[in-house]
Amino acid sequence: SHYRLFPKSLGQVLSKFSVRELHISFTQGFWRTMQWGQPFIPSPPGAELWVWFHDTVSDVDGNWKELTNVLSGIFCASLNFIDLTNTVQPSASFKPLGLGNATDHRFLRYATLPREIVCTENLTPWKKLLPCGSKAGLAVLLKSEKLFHSSFHSQAVHIRPVCQDERCTSKAWELRQTLNVVFDLYTSGQGKKEWSLFKMFSRTLTEACPLASSSKVYVDITDNPEGELFELSPATPLLSQAVVLGDRRTYSVFDLSRAETFGQLRSLNLLLRWKGDSGDMLRPLLHAERYVAGFGLQTGEIHTVIYNNHPYRAFPVLLMDSVPWYLQLYIHTLTVTSKSRDNKPSYIQYQPAKDRHRPHLLEMLIQLPPHSMTEVTVQFERALLKWTEYTPDPNHGFYVGSSVVSALVPSMVAMSTNFTQDQPLFSSFVPVKEESSYFVRVYTEPLLVNLPTPDFSMPYNVICLTCTVVAVGYGSFYNLLTRTFQVDEPSPPLSKRLANLIRRMRGVPLLA
Amino acid sequence: MAALQLEKQRGRSAALAIAAVVIVLGIPLWWKTTETYRAWLPFSEISELDSLQLQLSVDIEVVFSRGTLTPEQQKRFPHSHVNEKEHQVDAKTGLRYKYETRYRTATIMEEDALNQPTAAEADLSLHMLSESSCGSVVVYVIPGSSTLLPEDVKVYVGQRRTALLRSPPFKSSWNLKEVLSNLEMDVEQVVSTMSFAHQDIVAALSDRVRMTKVTKESMTDSMRAIKSSPGYEITFSLLNPDPKSHSLHWDIEGAVQSYIQPLLNKLAPIANFSVDSQILYYAVLGVNPRFDNSVSAYTLSADSLSHVINPVEARLGSNAASSNPVLNFLLYVPDAHHSPLFIRDHGKREVPSNAFHSPRWGGIMVYNVNEMYGPETERPVDININMSKVMGVFLAQLRLMLGVQHTHPPTGFVLQSPGSAGLSDWELDRLLWSRSVENIATASTTITSLAQLLDQIGNIVINDNIAQQVSSAVTSLQSAVAELEAGNLAFALQYSREAILASERAFFDPSLLHLLYFPDDQKFAIYIPLFLPMCVPIVLSLLKIVSEAKKRRADKQAKSD
Repeated sequence: SHYRLFPKSLGQVLSKFSVRELHISFTQGFWRTMQWGQPFIPSPPGAELWVWFHDTVSDVDGNWKELTNVLSGIFCASLNFIDLTNTVQPSASFKPLGLGNATDHRFLRYATLPREIVCTENLTPWKKLLPCGSKAGLAVLLKSEKLFHSSFHSQAVHIRPVCQDERCTSKAWELRQTLNVVFDLYTSGQGKKEWSLFKMFSRTLTEACPLASSSKVYVDITDNPEGELFELSPATPLLSQAVVLGDRRTYSVFDLSRAETFGQLRSLNLLLRWKGDSGDMLRPLLHAERYVAGFGLQTGEIHTVIYNNHPYRAFPVLLMDSVPWYLQLYIHTLTVTSKSRDNKPSYIQYQPAKDRHRPHLLEMLIQLPPHSMTEVTVQFERALLKWTEYTPDPNHGFYVGSSVVSALVPSMVAMSTNFTQDQPLFSSFVPVKEESSYFVRVYTEPLLVNLPTPDFSMPYNVICLTCTVVAVGYGSFYNLLTRTFQVDEPSPPLSKRLANLIRRMRGVPLLA
Repeated sequence: MAALQLEKQRGRSAALAIAAVVIVLGIPLWWKTTETYRAWLPFSEISELDSLQLQLSVDIEVVFSRGTLTPEQQKRFPHSHVNEKEHQVDAKTGLRYKYETRYRTATIMEEDALNQPTAAEADLSLHMLSESSCGSVVVYVIPGSSTLLPEDVKVYVGQRRTALLRSPPFKSSWNLKEVLSNLEMDVEQVVSTMSFAHQDIVAALSDRVRMTKVTKESMTDSMRAIKSSPGYEITFSLLNPDPKSHSLHWDIEGAVQSYIQPLLNKLAPIANFSVDSQILYYAVLGVNPRFDNSVSAYTLSADSLSHVINPVEARLGSNAASSNPVLNFLLYVPDAHHSPLFIRDHGKREVPSNAFHSPRWGGIMVYNVNEMYGPETERPVDININMSKVMGVFLAQLRLMLGVQHTHPPTGFVLQSPGSAGLSDWELDRLLWSRSVENIATASTTITSLAQLLDQIGNIVINDNIAQQVSSAVTSLQSAVAELEAGNLAFALQYSREAILASERAFFDPSLLHLLYFPDDQKFAIYIPLFLPMCVPIVLSLLKIVSEAKKRRADKQAKSD
């Protein structure tokens, strides 16, 4: 097959394993929804991979295993640790985002590796997938020494089938590479409240990738219509309005494909200087967090707390939890409470774990009352692992992947369902089906659970101890069996022997 | 006293009984529970394969057309003759070539075919008459005065498996034997051109045999060709280091369809091929070309070519989805500031094709586009690449890589170019011969070294599936050798491919890595707390019993004395 802009390595993988849709993300750090607002492309800490296979695939698990091995080679990540024990098939939470309406979740595989550490070796292959690499266009900014000096880093690759034209006569692959980075320049920049491209990336933009049909930088200036909050230089006459995550936002647009963007210096260094205190971040309407409660090493309780911050609208959310088999969930202890009242989920799908074969999968559709906090708790017991199943640092604890909350959140403003309109790319990822709501996915924190750890020198100690016990027992037994018994004259009592000793010294005849 | 004797006797028999239980029950139990599973392997057959005697049989047909022989000489036709040659390549490898030559006169239809005006047409119509089998050679002897061949041409080798040979002057007084011996030298040359030559076969055996007396030429030929493998990935990459100035378009799909695919179809019995292409932007060569004022062009000297590939290769990307060897063909369009770019050979002359190849890796061609647009054209310039020019070069390089050797024909030989198929039948036969021998050599070395390894390291678990792979490799190898001996070239290749697949699968099976490896010192550390306290009393009491028995015998002897 022949490739032009699409990377050959990924194309070959897609066709060999009959992949219909592929989403992979690598994230370092945790997105703080309450401080930073809703993420544009949400992703859990560590690595996440979910794949829809074509329904012609007969051995989905075999394809999945090989695919993860190949992807771990392409992205230099430990995706090869994905096996059946951490793979689930969610029935409702992960729907295909591209063309076609596949609903048979037998062809879906989902796995997370919360422990995966993301670094330069993952960024380099990711950049290599771009047609211009890091030689031209926006990607020249992506230097790892600056990108990983940040509070949050998330890179992702999304591949899905899309329409090639408006009338959808033919299909095409869409490869979407996203990178979310959160810089905290206030703490790292000696308290100065300003940022610029050069400060963040130690580089400036000089050109667009010549192969790009559109190459733009958006700066959100919604809260700053008159320039009273901050000052943005260079000024740009281009403004763009878009409805993003249920809110109408205004952006300053810097179009790299136009020569005037770069000015006389032939380089674009965006500079933003805050004038006063920054405005308050809008509270996200949906927010979730999770923690482990309980004491001791035998039992515990997982608490998942979901907040609906909408003042007057209730809406349903899908909660998906995938828990490894070594936490044995007691599903009868599952309780869902909102406003201190029992909140019965309208849909529960629970697949119990099989030891060493598959994890627990719990999916629930929960109605969140307006302006409320809903708490989901479930108790678990920690299993004892075999001694070879422990990680090299067992006292660090074992990770449990984030739970996923997916919801259609009621929108404050009408969402645009018109795809043809020129929108920023980051707002068009999940297709909007209706005007009144928008899709949000929220990931909770991953959990770190301590399992009872044995003393690992124990096997040798046990061998030594048993051997000694066996040897002692055997020795006396052997002795008893082979010893020769014979009747012996009892020796004279001590007083008689002493008397005889004295008599011998005196030369008197001895006692009998 | 008698009671004491009895008691002693009881102690002795108890000690003996315990020792017996330990030896009869304990040791076999311990042995059984700690042994590793090792399936049976056909070691004796493998050691037979270690010393390989290959026989290659070729069917040769020599057809005399009208006017070459006198009726007297034709009397004993058809006539056949077997010629065998033996070569001992090294202590463990022997080669025997068996040439089975049949002599006959041409049929009327063949005579008609030979009366065509040109040699190529004669070749085609002879092919229409009868299809000769894979690996065989047909030589038509035509009269010395024939106009089919130009004056100075002695032998014409066609696109199929036939050759036309201008007969040397025979005296009409010679008997048939003299005629044939006169002809023998020429026929031998034809056969070594069309089926195999000794040095090619020896080069194909390079996996088994340390090469010493091989000519340098066939050595480079065999080094250049990529190793035999069940499949190959062919990747065409267009390198565009300057997408700002050049917007390149290549119709690779059509070009592959019309230039490469016919060759690959022809080669289908040898291996599976898959063809891919990609365009890489901002991919640069690793060397900065030097500007040469005399020709006002940039030049790459032959010495610097070796540094070109590595930086480019990082961008090419390996095929994640298969493990077959990759053949890369790169089309490099130099950027606007470094064009035109020419490659120069060791003699400082420009290479006419402006391309070079790297053995077992692929080829690179430089394609200059600076003449296609003026200096004030708006950038980027749309450029359509002339694929026939490019594919001609790549096709030649692909033939080299695949081991379709550039045979250096003896003087007086004319080889018909393979035409649109890219490969003539006899070239394919040559390839089949050397590939079969190479596969057999590789598979037999793999299997023997695997057997040796398993024999040496007793801790490796041998599962049933490995044993099965090994035996199927051995049977396929034996069949391949037998088919070569019988002259069935196509079957021999097929069996040898099966053998190589099975042997590699057995050799690289991951279950062989699960070596149950416990170092001896650790083993003893675990066993000593149990074994030492158990064995010491047994050994001591056994020693005591033996010494008592000796003493008693000595006492008895003394008493009888």
